[in-house]
Amino acid sequence: MPETRENDEIARSMPAGARRKAVGEALVAVRNVRKSFGAVEVLRDVSLDVWRGEVVVLVGRSGSGKSTLLRCLNHLETFDSGAVVIDGIALGERRVDVDRIRREVGMVFQSFNLFAHLTVLDNIALAPRIVRREPRAAAEKRARELLARVGIGEKESSYPRQLSGGQQQRVAIARALAMQPAVMLFDEPTSALDPEMIGEVLDVMRNLAESGMTMIVVTHEMGFAREVSDFVCFLDGGRIVESGTPRQVFDAPRDERTAAFLGQVLGGRAR
Amino acid sequence: MTEPATPAPAPELRRAPPRRRQRHVLAGDFPPTRRRSIATAALLSGAAIALAVLFARERLYIWHWEVVPVSLPLLLRATWLTLQLSFLSVVLGIALGLVAGLARLSAEPVLRGAAVVYVELVRGTPLLVQIFIIYFFVAHQLQLSRFTAGVLALAFFAGAYVAEIFRAGIESIDPGQAEAARSLGMSHAQAMIYVILPQGLRRSIPPLAGQFMSLIKDSSLLSVIAIEELTQTGTMVVSRGLRSLEIWFTVAVLYLAITLSLALLARYLERRLGHA
Ligand SMILES: Nc1ncnc2c1ncn2[C@@H]1O[C@H](COP(=O)(O)OP(=O)(O)OP(=O)(O)O)[C@@H](O)[C@H]1O
Ligand SMILES: [Mg+2]
Repeated sequence: MPETRENDEIARSMPAGARRKAVGEALVAVRNVRKSFGAVEVLRDVSLDVWRGEVVVLVGRSGSGKSTLLRCLNHLETFDSGAVVIDGIALGERRVDVDRIRREVGMVFQSFNLFAHLTVLDNIALAPRIVRREPRAAAEKRARELLARVGIGEKESSYPRQLSGGQQQRVAIARALAMQPAVMLFDEPTSALDPEMIGEVLDVMRNLAESGMTMIVVTHEMGFAREVSDFVCFLDGGRIVESGTPRQVFDAPRDERTAAFLGQVLGGRAR
Repeated sequence: MTEPATPAPAPELRRAPPRRRQRHVLAGDFPPTRRRSIATAALLSGAAIALAVLFARERLYIWHWEVVPVSLPLLLRATWLTLQLSFLSVVLGIALGLVAGLARLSAEPVLRGAAVVYVELVRGTPLLVQIFIIYFFVAHQLQLSRFTAGVLALAFFAGAYVAEIFRAGIESIDPGQAEAARSLGMSHAQAMIYVILPQGLRRSIPPLAGQFMSLIKDSSLLSVIAIEELTQTGTMVVSRGLRSLEIWFTVAVLYLAITLSLALLARYLERRLGHA
């Protein structure tokens, strides 16, 4: 739709933090989602909109439900009630085409989860070939372009265990991008990395954000969140207790739980 | 200060880390640590040499190896039959085991139940009894040859163990692999075929090799339904009045030739498929 494309242009030209609710319909719409594991209620009435081109960061304590929320967005987890609509496709209905939704949603995991038996190139080209039925040559050509984009073009015939953590995570990002998703989910992408490798992964994510990718990121990297995100949600006990632009949430938290959490997280490092 | 050349061996009592791969040629058939199997081998060969020396010195037994060439054509033909039996039942056993192993892991309760019943039935009864049942009942009803009955019995037996080996191999793969595959839009079947199975099957090779070495040896039980495989032929040759010790030694060497080739093949395959 030309109109959407135009809206994207407008959205992209706006500075980070100001894109919120710019124009159009939300690409990801979460409405009153509830989810329990047995007797434990993990998500309690979560609602969230993510617009095209936006970077939304989810922060919160361990166990607050951040991963569960992300996993509900690509149906790795089902939810009990509420609705999730991604790019016009509604999840949570009885017979949704789960595979189609997953093609729209790329996911990057904390532990990389690269396919251990495949080379870097095959890791990236496998899904386009078997899911999208692309010819091998085309899939590999794009895989190489993506590898160059994440800065490890020379590693295409290595196996994952021969790479550093930072390199593995960059391959994982390229692998998700190869399916040309409408939105990318990141679940603590740098938490399993040695400190000296965090930067290279955040750089790739920053470039991705600048290129207009819609991203939902769970992270404890507050510097990254402040700099790159348009919207921050603080989760506590399965609820979004505070949300807003990074300035609002980080500099002037209204909820005392947010303030306490930020105090703890930022207290430990140079601010 | 310089480091010692080799690190001190870990205390014997501590458990091995869970996913350490077995690297022994006879993987699965012998105790897991290399050191222990080397000790076993040394002990066995020591005992054999002692016995041989004793026999020679005391003239307890006068060897007549010249009987071996005479009966070798018969024994080799039997070896060929044993190879055929083993090969066919291994192939069939792998197919059966893969189906049963996947059924065991399926979300469908009926399939899962059927797989459990099959596995427990086979593992809970002696192979000899299974051979009799298949030969005297199934093969008789379906008018199958002895050979076919023998292959079916061995494959049916091996399939149950293979199913458990595959199941363990598949379950040992990090669930994150399947999640990553699914999150890329692969269907359940695609994730299984392209991501989980290649890694799970490779991890199954060492225990499979052990299982199939047992199977080759167990094929000797088919002598009870008068299939002229290696053991049956050995019995026959000996019963013609030929020297029993020489013949049985030869039979043992022929079995060893098959099982050790299999072990080497497994090792080669494992290395070829590398990287899991
Ligand atoms: N598969 C599961 N079965 C049972 N309980 C679960 C499961 N997955 C998560 N939980 C529980 O749900 C709650 C939220 O978990 P979740 O992983 O979403 O938290 P999180 O915010 O991502 O935490 P972390 O920062 O530690 O990753 C926790 O109490 C957790 O124990
Ligand atoms: Mg988490």
